[in-house]
Amino acid sequence: MSRRRFAGSRNLPVLVTLGLFIIMFALGSIAFRGFFSPQNFLNLFIDNAYLLILAVGMTFVIISGGIDLSVGSMLALSGMVSSYLLEKAHMSPLFVIPIVLLMGVALGLFMGYLIQTFDLPPFIITLAGLYLARGLCYVVSLFTIAVQNPFFESVAHAQVKIIGDNFLSAGALIAIAVVLIGFFVSRYTKFGRTVYAIGGSEQSAILMGLPVARTKIAIYALSGFCAALAGIVFTFYTLSGYGLNGSGMELDTIASVVIGGTLLTGGVGNIFGSLLGVLVYGIIQVLVVFQGTLNSWWTRIVIGFLVFVFCLLQRLFESRKPTSLAGSSVAKTVAKGAVE
Amino acid sequence: MTDEMPVLTMNKITKTFPGVKALSSVDFRLFKGEVHAIMGQNGAGKSTLVKVLTGVHAQDSGEILLEGKPIRPESPLAAQKLGISTVYQEINLCPNLTVAENIFAGRQPMRRGRGRSFWRFFFGGILSLFVPRIDWKEMTKRSEEILKRLNIVIDVTQILSSYSIAIQQLVAIARVLDISSKILILDEPTSSLDESEVEQLFKVVRSLRDQGLAIIFITHFLDQTYQISDRITILKNGEFVGEFQAKALPKLDLIAKMLGKELSEFSYATERDQRKMTATSAGKDAKNLLTVKNLGLRGSIAPFDLELDEAEVLGLAGLLGSGRTEMARLIFGIDGANQGEIRVRGKKSAINSPRNAMMAGIGFCSEDRKNEGIFSDLTVRENIILALQAKNGVFKFISPRRQLEVADELIKSLAIVTASANSMAGQLSGGNQQKVMLARWLATNPAILILDEPTRGIDVGAKLEIMELILSLSRRGMGLIFISSEFEEVVRCSSRIAVLKDKVKIAELDGDDINETSIMRTIAGGN
Amino acid sequence: MTPLKSLGRNKLLWPLVALGVLLLFNLLFTPHFFRMEIKQGHLYGNLIDILKNGAPIMLLAIGMTLVIATHGIDISVGSVVAISSGVVALLIGGDLKGVPKYPILVAMAAALVVCTLAGMWNGMLVSRIRMQPIIATLILFVAGRGIAMVFTKSMIIWLYAKPFALLGQGYVLGIPFSIYIVLFILLLTFIFTRRTAIGMFIEAVGINPTAARFSGIKSQNIIFWVYTFCGLCAGIAGLIVCSTVMSADGNNAGKLFELDAILAVVLGGTSLNGGKFYLFGSVIGALIIQTLTTTIYALGVPADVAPVVKAFVVWAVCLMQSPRFRARIVRVFARRELST
Repeated sequence: MSRRRFAGSRNLPVLVTLGLFIIMFALGSIAFRGFFSPQNFLNLFIDNAYLLILAVGMTFVIISGGIDLSVGSMLALSGMVSSYLLEKAHMSPLFVIPIVLLMGVALGLFMGYLIQTFDLPPFIITLAGLYLARGLCYVVSLFTIAVQNPFFESVAHAQVKIIGDNFLSAGALIAIAVVLIGFFVSRYTKFGRTVYAIGGSEQSAILMGLPVARTKIAIYALSGFCAALAGIVFTFYTLSGYGLNGSGMELDTIASVVIGGTLLTGGVGNIFGSLLGVLVYGIIQVLVVFQGTLNSWWTRIVIGFLVFVFCLLQRLFESRKPTSLAGSSVAKTVAKGAVE
Repeated sequence: MTDEMPVLTMNKITKTFPGVKALSSVDFRLFKGEVHAIMGQNGAGKSTLVKVLTGVHAQDSGEILLEGKPIRPESPLAAQKLGISTVYQEINLCPNLTVAENIFAGRQPMRRGRGRSFWRFFFGGILSLFVPRIDWKEMTKRSEEILKRLNIVIDVTQILSSYSIAIQQLVAIARVLDISSKILILDEPTSSLDESEVEQLFKVVRSLRDQGLAIIFITHFLDQTYQISDRITILKNGEFVGEFQAKALPKLDLIAKMLGKELSEFSYATERDQRKMTATSAGKDAKNLLTVKNLGLRGSIAPFDLELDEAEVLGLAGLLGSGRTEMARLIFGIDGANQGEIRVRGKKSAINSPRNAMMAGIGFCSEDRKNEGIFSDLTVRENIILALQAKNGVFKFISPRRQLEVADELIKSLAIVTASANSMAGQLSGGNQQKVMLARWLATNPAILILDEPTRGIDVGAKLEIMELILSLSRRGMGLIFISSEFEEVVRCSSRIAVLKDKVKIAELDGDDINETSIMRTIAGGN
Repeated sequence: MTPLKSLGRNKLLWPLVALGVLLLFNLLFTPHFFRMEIKQGHLYGNLIDILKNGAPIMLLAIGMTLVIATHGIDISVGSVVAISSGVVALLIGGDLKGVPKYPILVAMAAALVVCTLAGMWNGMLVSRIRMQPIIATLILFVAGRGIAMVFTKSMIIWLYAKPFALLGQGYVLGIPFSIYIVLFILLLTFIFTRRTAIGMFIEAVGINPTAARFSGIKSQNIIFWVYTFCGLCAGIAGLIVCSTVMSADGNNAGKLFELDAILAVVLGGTSLNGGKFYLFGSVIGALIIQTLTTTIYALGVPADVAPVVKAFVVWAVCLMQSPRFRARIVRVFARRELST
């Protein structure tokens, strides 16, 4: 990738987010003692590992022009089911983890199928998915299940030293791996590029012969997988399963992805941007904690405000683009015929 | 063009849809190394013929021979595999991807092995040997080569939407030609291009032709047809009219054949009879209703002047795409003009929204009934009183009883066929829906009424009713602007005619010049 | 048209039938469902609970109906409920003797003003800035809860001012007071939309926005005011919620209300694509949802599991409303007929 490409105007949003992060980190370092430390930076990854994984899946969904509101509840469900299987059914993590991941994929496939095949609004379908997962959590157990499985405990406490005494958790490493794989898929695989094409113009993608239907269903399966994986990582982090977990996480995820420069209307966005968005989210929380007196809910408000600003900018940016041509009836019929 | 076999032959293609015969035993042939234009008015069958060729529809009867062998493409992708590529008026590419990506979408060059990039570190060299990844460098290189063959040199790593429509179109052409290239179909490619861009496109098209490609060119721009085509096939109402060498077909003949007339058919006597229906011209004392000066919008229509008096019917005549609807939309405020002024009854009016236009006393029946006119899930009654109610505002609610009165009266006077005023408007026939739209505006008692293709797609009886209505409204003092693709109708109803061509108002005709021959001559540009 | 056919066409029929089926189910399987007693001068029983607990959703559904009729959506209503709760609780104050900080009516008015402003915010984003409704209302969805938590200083404010309890816990003539509020708002909205041109304009904007604009309707204003009204309804609902539990919990108040509201509207016959709307149908839809929840509870299943059932109902309703799905069903039956 040449430098010429990097500095182009379409990378501007990501640079803005990066700038935002640097400014916040700088402000924090100036204002609070002990803020400026490598471990503080690495803690962003440790504490938000689950969010990173969620954001990768969500980025793909949003780039394709869709949305997945079920991820937070799926995270909770996956944690719940893992805890239950480990503690109550005494299954080995070797079985539990694949089962839980499969569960995430299954729900994603189901929702993706409904959305793609019957042209149903992703918002409503995945919102129902949110309900389903949340309810299933309570079917498993109304109360917290503490995880005492030795494998999970050792993973939860593992500290991988990076530089000197600074460390990352296993969860953080998994998250970083997911981000890197996600980036590779988005940039170097046909699947990833098809996702962008669908988000840019689904009709064109169909007419160009891209495997749109397959890809759209797969995107939701991928998001479900990420949600389930994030749930497992979260279980490492909290060593428990609880139905109220993940409440509102889907919004945090969407907010992070939007702040990372991905357009909610689809077609534009990238994984590293979402990584930065999660870091911004994380650092806002840290700033609020360091401040001490501010209500921690100010995080929510600031995030909401940032989302508003970014959406507004996106809207203004959109309205300045050249208007598209009136569609010829031939092309529209061809696209329709190709789908059915 | 030589005496060799045509690369494509379509024999006696017939295609019927429920209620309409789109193609009736149409022949078409195409040679290598030629640009062949298909021309015809609305409903001629141009797009259906292309859809049959590209596999969207299967013909009911007739055969297609590609290089002598019969083919039956089942889908556009199948057609493309056979070598038939299409570039539509709407650029079917992804605006958010780079030029190179658009050219190679779905078939990107892949590579394995180490590369001079960050990924060498990530994959530690081993994985990169096994996992194939998209080769962006190769894609860039090959895209540049492909575009160079079309004489285009641009930065292929920029995203598509950063380029003009003209360039985007050339990229679309480059893509389809790289995939397969026996026949290239260009469907209305110049609709959004300015003069220099059209010339650029034509340069590319000519060079492709000289390289032996067979090109089908569909357009409604007369002059461009003559600039680029070697041969012209004319369709009218689903029937094959003829195939001609462009050099040997005078413009006037082309227009006449597209409209289905033979020039020799015209006699003064016939035209005199036709003029029995003409509206009485407004007398000298007629008050001016509308004065438009230098009204224009970049990208829509060239600035124009217009005047309309009481009891006048001003017809807008022109071929498809000449700009008549654009003109109407500017006057009614649907599109905001960026220059010029409109005066209604002498008073300068800032008409930049349909609501302003309505309050100023103008009404407008759109040509697109379905998407811009009728509310199919509302009753006929509601459809009719809607504009009047909008004029009254939210709180001056027209009581259901009064609504029914108004609606029933208009249903009667326009002879709208409906079970009752409370039937759903979506269930009415096309002609009756048209009348409902008309009724809606008549209920507001406008001083000026603009009708865009009110007679399109309805039966002969209803057509005559509507034309009678236009004349009777003008006799009552209303000023009307009447748009129709049928010159005959425009001649019958108008007291004055504005002629448009290729998005420019080129002339006005009145008095004895109100006849079809004059219109066609004017469009053809002189004798 | 035969009387039977015209009855079948009446859009209110199907929601009523659904409600009837639910009640029938209870009649057969949980007869104690219908038991009613008189305690402390008013009726007690499951049926009364349905009315009382359903009141907030009924109010939300009324506001949501008009928004959906314009082919829009408002997912922020749950957060606005929380804001309303928070404001009124803050202004009344948790004085143990029940002495309000500000007069109760003033506090209530202030809460309603704030929520109306929230609705205006949404309306402005959708009508002037032309954001997609989902994205526009997403912002308050995210930030709203944070704002509510700031008002309540992230504590649960407990109220002791007795007169305020009338709203959510009071009974008049044996029927919960909140139902009177619902009926009042319902009738007011019905009269306003059907006795002025507003109802017709809203439907026109939803059915064919282009034609509406061409007919001289001020579409922008219509859209702005329906979102404002939706915010007001959410505000009233928030007051009732707060009064019912005599506390304001910024985190949990109004949780998951938005899907319930949307579901109620859809069950009531209004299509998600906009157009004809049915206020009474939406209220019946809310009753259906509440009856469903109560039925589940009466069966001995924890109410937290209700979302699972709701999820399937939502998916089923979406499929029913999808033209592609209906076409497939028709084709399946046609094939069966041919083969017999």
